[in-house]
Amino acid sequence: MNTLEMPRESTKTEFKKVENLSGSEAVMRALIEESVTTIFGYPGGAIMPIYDALYDHQHELQHILVRHEQGAVHAAQGFARSSGRTGVVFATSGPGATNLVTGLADAMIDSTPVVCITGQVFAHLLGTDAFQETDVINITTPVTKWNYQVTEAHEIPAVLAKAFYIAGSGRPGPVLIDITKNAQLQKFDYGGYSRCTHIRSYRPKPHVRKKYIEEAAQLINEAHKPFVIFGQGVILGNAEKEFRNFIEKTGIPAAWTIMGMSAIPTDHPLAVGMLGMHGNYGPNVLTNECDVLIAIGMRFDDRVTGRLDKYAKQARVIHLDIDPAEIDKNVKSTVAVWGDCKETLPLLTEIVNRRSYPEWLERFREYQRQEDEQCIVPELNPKSEVLTMGEVIKVLNELTEGNAIIVTDVGQHQMVACRYARHNRTQSNITSGGLGTMGFALPAAIGAKFGAPDRTVVAIIGDGGFQMTLQELGTIMQSNVDIKILILNNNFLGMVRQWQQLFNDRRYSFVEIASPDFVTLASAYKVEGRRVSQRTELSGAMATMINHRGAYLLEVMVGKENNVFPMVPQGCSVAEIRLK
Amino acid sequence: MQKPEFTITVYTENQIGLLNRIAIIFSRRKINIESLNTSPSEIDSVHRFTIVINETEDVVRKLCRQIEKQVDVLKAYYNTNDEIIWQELALYKVPTAIIAEKVKVERLLREYGARAVAIRTDYIVFETSGHQEEIEGLVGALEPFGLIEFVRSARVAIIKDSKGFHEKLKEFESEEPGAGLIENEFLDQQDEVFTM
Repeated sequence: MNTLEMPRESTKTEFKKVENLSGSEAVMRALIEESVTTIFGYPGGAIMPIYDALYDHQHELQHILVRHEQGAVHAAQGFARSSGRTGVVFATSGPGATNLVTGLADAMIDSTPVVCITGQVFAHLLGTDAFQETDVINITTPVTKWNYQVTEAHEIPAVLAKAFYIAGSGRPGPVLIDITKNAQLQKFDYGGYSRCTHIRSYRPKPHVRKKYIEEAAQLINEAHKPFVIFGQGVILGNAEKEFRNFIEKTGIPAAWTIMGMSAIPTDHPLAVGMLGMHGNYGPNVLTNECDVLIAIGMRFDDRVTGRLDKYAKQARVIHLDIDPAEIDKNVKSTVAVWGDCKETLPLLTEIVNRRSYPEWLERFREYQRQEDEQCIVPELNPKSEVLTMGEVIKVLNELTEGNAIIVTDVGQHQMVACRYARHNRTQSNITSGGLGTMGFALPAAIGAKFGAPDRTVVAIIGDGGFQMTLQELGTIMQSNVDIKILILNNNFLGMVRQWQQLFNDRRYSFVEIASPDFVTLASAYKVEGRRVSQRTELSGAMATMINHRGAYLLEVMVGKENNVFPMVPQGCSVAEIRLK
Repeated sequence: MQKPEFTITVYTENQIGLLNRIAIIFSRRKINIESLNTSPSEIDSVHRFTIVINETEDVVRKLCRQIEKQVDVLKAYYNTNDEIIWQELALYKVPTAIIAEKVKVERLLREYGARAVAIRTDYIVFETSGHQEEIEGLVGALEPFGLIEFVRSARVAIIKDSKGFHEKLKEFESEEPGAGLIENEFLDQQDEVFTM
């Protein structure tokens, strides 16, 4: 059986009205059936028939015209991350499709559900080096969960049903469907749309087995110093409540990866902070002291583990993950709990003992006090006149009370924002974690606003990253996107500068970056803005930004050579984290 | 130290582009594929890849999980050489004149179990099948007599322990997992067990 054939039920079309539709119209029907509301895209020659069909569906499918296809994918990612739904992208063939690659790679490594539909040259021109022809399927194979080229219109309903099912189920990821122009134009007998619920070669989640749940529970019940580390899996699995129940019953301290942040409120009594290279002191040091390490929906990225051969060697490891390929990939587990944590966590919670570990938790607090004294207090309440990134975030916390969606780019400002931003709600931290894509934040914030229109969205961006995708100011202008852009400007590509200072003997090689007048630039796009460099102006300017109706850009001039600490230097173990 | 040889057997859908998707799992990790064969399998519509690599078992296991993670892959198995029966096929083109003249060559061919598949006035094409060492042994023996052309196929392998893919496929095709897979008593009674 060909898996691309329509599922069995849908072949019973005897009483269904068969319509004669174009492939493009079938694309629209599929999107509507999949409850898509928003599309981020950019038209072009090879996708014109789809845009022509969209013309008739504008009332039900909102299309946001971006300024570059990379912005479309990042916006779709932001949309997916703030709403939990699949983001949708349209792009044309050739350069339109190749411009998607960075965003696809970002969505792949951060497990973000996105469906990209690209136009392609006529099928008879494939392989002839036709105008705007590129082998998009092969280019995107390593950076998509699945991709497929449609050359016949009748394939469209089943292929798109598969695309949405694959993108959103199991460990989510990006899917690209390349549709040749003839397939978009071709008419065929459309027998209706049925959503895909099963593909025989695809197992979105492993079956849960009692044996390893019991083994895991036993390890947890015997532990003296258990430690929970969790990632985005908790958010992607909608398992925030199940996760809270688990840690609250077991009383185990929990730390998040950058992608897991906001799954529980940052001020939860069992929350001990962020893991990783610029994470908190306690969770990093005590990773190498705990006796049972419970990893939930996270993948032991090298930025989290530091030197792997010195990572948690004393601990027995329980790894809960939906993706079997993650088990034992980087860290060998004692017990692997394969499955969706939405299913496995309640099973585990049911059979673990209700406990608390006051002394063990106090160890985290002790390290917290040291970190407070040496890093956090100087960052948040600096003695010098120069503004720090941390105090900007502190003011932001006071204004948003932890209720905003914080979208960050990549670099020092990202680390500072993720260290200090407070979150009360899930799906509130949107950042480029695995790929580290500078230029992510501005388009992702646009998408995040469409995904959660009632929430305040603040994009925190460095002066370098902003210049990578600032053309999306045009999108903000045209579509009236109400996002707050907070540029933390230190006139440097700060993270690389920090490394050059610490490890390359201050040889600042091409990290000093000049910027245009961002406020004037914003005003050219009819976005109001302001620049501040004085502490006295900061809270007033921040309040203006947050309370402003519509988009606003605030540029804060911060210390040029401030560093982000603590830091686990590359090649060091997590226990060797440095406070200065 | 020479890494052990593993044979990976992958059951897949017959999908354009899947070969590339599987191949890049190896090339991304800079792992050389020693031999790769794609063919139909015991089941109509299911494709079978046979891939030979030299790697540690730990790496091979991870590779198989990455392969299995691909949407169009049904299942990936890996085996050591003592767990499989395998063959490779080779063709040798030699000048007819030498074969006719030198009895020694004929004896060599018999020794290696070669069969003549084409006889022309100017050349003869022989075929052998077997393990790589056997095939290469004949190449070495024929070279002094003017071996014109030589080609060897990829490995094909049968897993000794395998009962075929029919049962497994039924399991994959059913939307609900088979009885053998539901081992969790809580799963059926979630409403009762979990009150939260």
